[in-house]
Amino acid sequence: MSTNAFPTRRDFLKGSAAATGALVIGFTLPLTSRFAQAAAAATSGAGFAPNAFLRIAANGQVTVICGLSEMGQGVHMGIASLVAEELDADWKSVQLEQAPVDKAYNNPIFGMQATGGSTAIRGHYEPMRKAGAAAREMLVTAAATQWGVDADRCHTQDGRVMGPDGRSAGYGELVAAASKLPVPQNPTLKDPKDFRILGKGLTRIDTPAKVNGSAGFGIDVKVPGLLTAVMVHAPVPGAKIVSVDDAAAKAIPGVKQVVQIPQGVAVLAEGYWTALKGRDALVVKWDDGPLGSLSSESISKLLADATTRPGAVARNEGDASVAVAKTVEAVYEAPYLAHACMEPMNCTAWVRAGEAEVWAPTQGPGPQQGIVAQLTGLPPEKVQVHTTYLGGGFGRRFAADFIIAATLISKAAGVPVKLVYTREDDMRAWFYRPAAVARFTAGLDAAGNPVSFTARIASPALSIAAGFAKELPQGIDEFAIEGIGDMLYAFPNLRVEYAQAEPGIPLWFWRSVGHSQNVYFIEAFIDEVAAAAGKDPVEFRRSLLSKQPRLRGVLDLAAQKAGWGSPLPQGVHRGVAITTCFGSFVAQVAEVSLDANGRPRVHRIVAAVDCGRTVNPDVIHRQVEGAIAYGLSAAMYEKITFRNGRVEQSNFDDYPMLRIDEMPKVEVHIVPSTEAPGGIGEPGLPPATPAVINAVFAATGKQVRTLPV
Amino acid sequence: MISLSLNGKTVQLSATPDTPLLWALRDELGYTGTKFGCGIAACGACTVHVDGKPTRACVTTIGSVAGKQVTTIEAMDSNRIGQALQAAWIRNDVPQCGYCQSGQIMSAAALLARNPRPNDADIDAAMRRNLCRCGTYNRIRAAIKDAAATLSA
Repeated sequence: MSTNAFPTRRDFLKGSAAATGALVIGFTLPLTSRFAQAAAAATSGAGFAPNAFLRIAANGQVTVICGLSEMGQGVHMGIASLVAEELDADWKSVQLEQAPVDKAYNNPIFGMQATGGSTAIRGHYEPMRKAGAAAREMLVTAAATQWGVDADRCHTQDGRVMGPDGRSAGYGELVAAASKLPVPQNPTLKDPKDFRILGKGLTRIDTPAKVNGSAGFGIDVKVPGLLTAVMVHAPVPGAKIVSVDDAAAKAIPGVKQVVQIPQGVAVLAEGYWTALKGRDALVVKWDDGPLGSLSSESISKLLADATTRPGAVARNEGDASVAVAKTVEAVYEAPYLAHACMEPMNCTAWVRAGEAEVWAPTQGPGPQQGIVAQLTGLPPEKVQVHTTYLGGGFGRRFAADFIIAATLISKAAGVPVKLVYTREDDMRAWFYRPAAVARFTAGLDAAGNPVSFTARIASPALSIAAGFAKELPQGIDEFAIEGIGDMLYAFPNLRVEYAQAEPGIPLWFWRSVGHSQNVYFIEAFIDEVAAAAGKDPVEFRRSLLSKQPRLRGVLDLAAQKAGWGSPLPQGVHRGVAITTCFGSFVAQVAEVSLDANGRPRVHRIVAAVDCGRTVNPDVIHRQVEGAIAYGLSAAMYEKITFRNGRVEQSNFDDYPMLRIDEMPKVEVHIVPSTEAPGGIGEPGLPPATPAVINAVFAATGKQVRTLPV
Repeated sequence: MISLSLNGKTVQLSATPDTPLLWALRDELGYTGTKFGCGIAACGACTVHVDGKPTRACVTTIGSVAGKQVTTIEAMDSNRIGQALQAAWIRNDVPQCGYCQSGQIMSAAALLARNPRPNDADIDAAMRRNLCRCGTYNRIRAAIKDAAATLSA
């Protein structure tokens, strides 16, 4: 299999459908779709409704067309696997093509063409299988008709239809006849026991291009006449430009233009190095605005103070103020975090008369098309968005800042422009995981049984910051409380409050979103409560999960596989943590020792995962490993801090991240399941931090209540 | 004009001598397999070989490598160690997003060239300057050992 990195719309149409006599399946394609109309026009000779998700060429080549963005999570592989399974394709003849923007490719969970929230498999498990099954049925019907036999006496295997009498025909030989047939709207899907691809492990289709330098990321886009832009960005959120002196920049040989846009000032040159030298020669004066005095100390105080006042009630069961024999109290804090994708933010834009084209490593080509249309005054159908490979996403590439800026620069400059953020620009671009403070109280009876639980979480509202909501329903920001407001622990009396506190720092979605801090908070606190009750952390959790078989199931499996309770080498301690999020259940046990400075050294993490039916277990293993690394990195090192409204970190020297010599051994155990598929890009992250922290607690008796360690 | 050997062929560069090798490769010569990550030699995404030594192209000026042998990821399929590493990377399905992997393979190739059977500590020492945000570290470790085994088989 192979992946085609930068198809242009023209190539896409040229390569598709009746031009090559191919079979194309437009399974759930709305007839009003612009792409459908364009492709239908191209295929009118064949009189066949065109395809959204797959096409088969006369030579048998199967092309799966994927509207989701590949950012390392293996979505190209997943989507191709779903289609190929039901199609009974010959896996070696399957290739993947990145889709243009079209509502046919809308993510069913989001209602727009976007990738995130661990939704890819959850949203496409059935639609993509149906797309493959519909094509298979048409190919079988075409063969049966040619042979004059009943279709139900034929079967399919590795890209061929096999007849009852030993005859067979390759899919490529059947596409002309199959394309004249109606597309079945409710094709029969396989019984999962007959799966040959799903739940097994095939090697990823994007790997070969990623080991020889040929994979096309956004930063690699080449367009004739392209200039590279490097910008001076606002130093403080909301800062306004007072003056620009570009004389020194323009004096640098090779600097072509200096362009001012509301977001900053861009220097355009042939190549990054000259553009950077020009950018560094600019003298830009800013009015910092109201956030110019903001500091991390004032933010911490704002959040902590907010937890001392009543908040909006998100959940209230029984009477959390009931009298108890023993009370456990704790206040936890988590910092702002950067995504720090390895590929710095970038976008290539070319705004021309009457049309625009954008090449971007983006998680949201659908919404970004609308944004570019607004910025250019063009109708959306005149805006092409080419989604490249993403050098990391983690939520960051759902944002539009780099696409907006590139579009405005190209519009002003009149040339194709590749805007590249320096690492420092990327680190200081104001899209951070929100900081949060959680204040907990738990009550135990005289026997140490849990009686009551209260949580008050102070954090800014991500749903408002990200533009998802104008105001909070009942005063609750779901992202701020997820992982605690919806926790499954059965305290008889339970109250969760949200205290909105707005320091003014722009916020964004960071891998696993609110769970990233809240699962740390709750799981670390549960260990404190268990200790106060004199209970074992695994047994204490089990006692609160008697009606939660899937969550208790992963807890038991992780504990068993990790040998919970068995002796450990001198100085090594275990910690456990669990979560359910994005439709999946995860438990992790960490084995940790402390170095001479008291810093944790994580030796091994054993993870148990229940994510329902699986598409590719290898991809699940890797996503959980990667999520653990991402979580550990944050726990050990990462924080974004502010002084005078400015971000204090700039690059990997002052925003250190996990390296290979600190990566623990990771074991992933998948629970066999016939439940609907859950997400897997994010659920492995939240338990990693508290599992490690709880091991530190086991070692020292003192819980870590502020991150990083 | 600055002249150097790139993947065995002599190339002429018109960029100024202070231009980092990374940007000469990417912008002037169109060799985009070498990646930009940080610009301060802190992430290893831009790792190339200069006269066989792993080198951060983002802080190495072209003036300093005039006349030298530069090797990039694009040439890794034409030498025995590179081929073994690429095959092992595929067998072990190492990459996720893939952005750092050119640099990882270049660092690993330099390691295997001087140490055909690296142990875990050798791998840590050679690879700890290459960041991977997707957390593929354990797969990288496994693939290096796999490649080493095939090379000595």
